[in-house]
Amino acid sequence: MAGILDRIFGRDRKSAHLAKERLKLVLVHDRTDISPGVMELMKDDLIAAISKHIDIDAGDVRIEMATEGHEQRLIADIALRPPRRR
Amino acid sequence: MTGKAITVTSGKGGVGKTTVTANLGAALANFGHKVVCIDADIGLRNLDVVLGLENRIVYDLVDIVEGRCRLRQAMIRDKRLPELFLIPAAQTRDKSAISPSDMVTLADDLRAEFDYILFDSPAGIERGFRNAVAPADMVLVVTNPEVSAVRDADRIIGLVEAEEKGPARLVINRIKPEMVRRGDMLGVDDILELLAVQLVGLVPDDENVLLSTNRGLPVVLDGKSKAGLAFRNIARRVMGEEVPFMHFDETGGFLNRITRLIRPGGN
Repeated sequence: MAGILDRIFGRDRKSAHLAKERLKLVLVHDRTDISPGVMELMKDDLIAAISKHIDIDAGDVRIEMATEGHEQRLIADIALRPPRRR
Repeated sequence: MTGKAITVTSGKGGVGKTTVTANLGAALANFGHKVVCIDADIGLRNLDVVLGLENRIVYDLVDIVEGRCRLRQAMIRDKRLPELFLIPAAQTRDKSAISPSDMVTLADDLRAEFDYILFDSPAGIERGFRNAVAPADMVLVVTNPEVSAVRDADRIIGLVEAEEKGPARLVINRIKPEMVRRGDMLGVDDILELLAVQLVGLVPDDENVLLSTNRGLPVVLDGKSKAGLAFRNIARRVMGEEVPFMHFDETGGFLNRITRLIRPGGN
């Protein structure tokens, strides 16, 4: 019954799925020894560095660790401001 | 004859290291190999009670290392499985009583006589873990389908590699197939994807494990229990056989469940 109610109210996310998603993040930080706090600092530095050269939307910058097998990647997704017409 | 040293470890406590060690040892002995199980959890020994040999301890691992007895005097032979021996841990000492090189020497002294030398590691990543891993030719990491146990397994797998004892092999213990099917427990594929490690065993949660521990009789000797079968399969894989893994598929429908009831034990 609880399951049906959950589905009706859109609480359908299975707990195992949540566990896996949480673990993905935790393991990336454990393996690289880079905490979420350090990631935020890096993000600020990255925004500052890139802003010196190009106009970016500082509110739309994401950086994250991705993992493929035992390989970790730092991925930055930085939105540029729409170019002004001259 | 040169025996193979296998260390069972986990990082997190309570995931079933001692149960895996006892049952792997009993299964290997039951398959006709000469096996010695060594409890490396100094100060918190338990392999003796799980194997039902607690009443026969005279000397222990620290007595051997400190020269108070000969190796042979500290080995307890299991009367039900004459090929199985135990070297118990000291109960009133701590991990610092022994060094990694003591463990390497001990394993080397045993290799001539035994086919398999199993080390039951303590929980944690400190001295006790390094002692247990030092002599290993193969390391089995035990985990449960649970966030904390999986996280710790990842850490241990990394440390095993750092000690140049890798690649570690994974045993997933206490799987509840019904919860996995409902999507409420991490599945085998999820865990393997997260940990990127080679699998050596899948053990379902089984009341018979507790029953057999109560009796001090390894569950592998129970021909009907699913966990017993799972442990025998781990032993065969350790022996180099290709054994298919039991299925705990996440999408098993009604029909699947019925077939499973009729055909217990999977494959």
